[in-house]
Amino acid sequence: MKSRLLAVLLSALLLNLAACGKKEAAPTTDGELVVKIGAIQPLTGPQSHLGKDNENGTRMAIDDANAQNLMIGGKKVKFELLSEDDQADPRTATIVAQKMVDEKVNGIIGHLNSGTTIPASKIYSDAGIVQISPSATNPKYTEQGFKTAFRVMPNDVQQGKALGDFAVTRLGAKRVAIIDDRTAYGQGLADQFEAAAKAAGAEIVAREFTTDKSTDFMAILTAVKAKNADVLFFGGMDAQGGPMIKQFKTLGLTAKFLMGDGGSTPEFIKLSGGAAEGAYSSLPGQPLDKMPGGKAFADKFTAKYGQIQLYAPYCYDAVSVMVAAMRKADSADPAKYLPVLAGITHDGVTAKVSFDAKGDIKDGAITLYQVKNGKWEVLETVGGVAAAK
Amino acid sequence: MDIFLQQLINGLVLGSVYALIALGYTMVYGILELINFAHGEVVMIGAMVTLAVVNALLASGVDLPGIMVVASGLLVAVAVCMALGFAIERIAYRPLRRAPRLAPLITAIGVSIVLQNIAMIIWGRSYISFPPILPNTRHDIAGAGVTDLQIFIFLLALVLMAGLVLLVNKTRIGRAMRATAQAPEIAGLMGVNVNAVISFTFILGSALAAIAGVMVSAYYGIAHYYMGFLLGLKAFTAAVLGGIGNIAGAMLGGLLLGVIESMAAGYIGDITGGFLGSHYQDVFAFFVLIGVLVFRPSGLLGERVAERP
Repeated sequence: MKSRLLAVLLSALLLNLAACGKKEAAPTTDGELVVKIGAIQPLTGPQSHLGKDNENGTRMAIDDANAQNLMIGGKKVKFELLSEDDQADPRTATIVAQKMVDEKVNGIIGHLNSGTTIPASKIYSDAGIVQISPSATNPKYTEQGFKTAFRVMPNDVQQGKALGDFAVTRLGAKRVAIIDDRTAYGQGLADQFEAAAKAAGAEIVAREFTTDKSTDFMAILTAVKAKNADVLFFGGMDAQGGPMIKQFKTLGLTAKFLMGDGGSTPEFIKLSGGAAEGAYSSLPGQPLDKMPGGKAFADKFTAKYGQIQLYAPYCYDAVSVMVAAMRKADSADPAKYLPVLAGITHDGVTAKVSFDAKGDIKDGAITLYQVKNGKWEVLETVGGVAAAK
Repeated sequence: MDIFLQQLINGLVLGSVYALIALGYTMVYGILELINFAHGEVVMIGAMVTLAVVNALLASGVDLPGIMVVASGLLVAVAVCMALGFAIERIAYRPLRRAPRLAPLITAIGVSIVLQNIAMIIWGRSYISFPPILPNTRHDIAGAGVTDLQIFIFLLALVLMAGLVLLVNKTRIGRAMRATAQAPEIAGLMGVNVNAVISFTFILGSALAAIAGVMVSAYYGIAHYYMGFLLGLKAFTAAVLGGIGNIAGAMLGGLLLGVIESMAAGYIGDITGGFLGSHYQDVFAFFVLIGVLVFRPSGLLGERVAERP
């Protein structure tokens, strides 16, 4: 363990040295302004499919921005993507964040997970670099008072409440069991769900835990079975959710299975080995086909990179709102475009993007889905402004 | 009671997989006094190769019953893993046979990292799902559920273990293995081909590992490139729990560890009033290991043996 830590430190040091070396190359060449945008997400491990999806969404937005031949501060702009892997690990996330600061990036799109976004946000805040997370939903991220922290997806207070209400009023839950993966995201969402379900009149009969790397859930599911729950909520990601619902069916549980945005992916259905039928999930934001630019985005994205996993449209919006703020401020300097970003209204792919005082997106919608015939189908959308045209 | 029975079934199925892997550790340790830390990776390769064959067969549209498809995948995986086990011993351990004991331990960890990365390059970083082609009907026993797959995994593990015991105790090669374990030099003087026996041990352990890998991935429906790490660690724990070097001990240790884990995850929350939750499942297994090592350092079935010269 010690040796691994040493190796990480050493490699971080080397990366920093490499970054220092690169700095000599001036950021401007031939009157062209190079704007570096850092994209950070897990590219290895169980969530790499989601990380790759985020990277692709970000890359597409940057390619589109470059195709427009924009001018900022009288110079032609070239946007450059610096993509890094944080392994969905909070420690790695801070190392990578420091590397981004040393690279003097103009803005950050990331990270994917709440558990990585929160510790990294302090580093960006200290360096004054604007960070827009496409997918971190833990409320704490924007509650730390950092002026640089924004997100384009509604947070878990809204999502947990929508899920809790849905479980009780629509699914008729009376006895609710909850499992979470002990990450900032899973635990946070499960806590919000628990509060909402209790407030709506359901009884919490079991609270079990797993990790974001587990594959065996037989024992905790058996414990849940003993409590005769009628709804089981899992706060976690698809890599655990898929196998979990498979084992859930193996044990013959009949409770309704509910997850948050982490489970709302095609991968969840694939990993469940056919057991996902009838499962529910929620996803902040409008369903893709109801999003203002959803159809056009989906066509373009699938042609270029294949199936959308989850957060790609949000990454696209995160980049485009950042670019819009830079253009409006006529500067790519974070200190100059940050106040503009805070007050901006931008027509994004996912919604009309504008931020409240904390940096959360205003008027976020939550949509509920169910697996029908092996696909996620929209059930209903709660809150939010109906598809801004 | 039905819940207790259900946890017992969960634990026995998990435990039988641990036991199969633990046998690989314990046989190698018995003969070489070496912990083969690459063993978990062999399990992973077994699962991955089977999945590759199964998916290729399904994609080619062969009309075979699911169990035949998996069986053919398993055959290929066993062959690949046998070759792999042989190669690991030849490349990483044999040249270091006379080196200080720490050296082969380091190469073992090295081999493990190399195998993980090779698997990552070949099969990618995402979870791979096991197609649901095996019969998985549920049967009710006194309120607890047990599926065909669970019964099959448990019985196959028992048959394999019985076969191994017979092999070690009743055959010529088994006698050579026991002789080598007791005193390699003397066995060599008596005409036992020690190198062949050691290679055979690795091949045998790897075949069991491949089968265990297929069981795990079929049972949970998924496989990924680093699945071998924790499985290997748990199986190693099981081997130590039962008394490393002791074949019956590995089987007992594996089954016991599976049951302990299952029971701990199922009941720890209720017993401690929510103070410790089910995420302490893994910790509990290692806690038991520490307890056993403190009070019975040679393991449950291990005999206190005199230090070998």
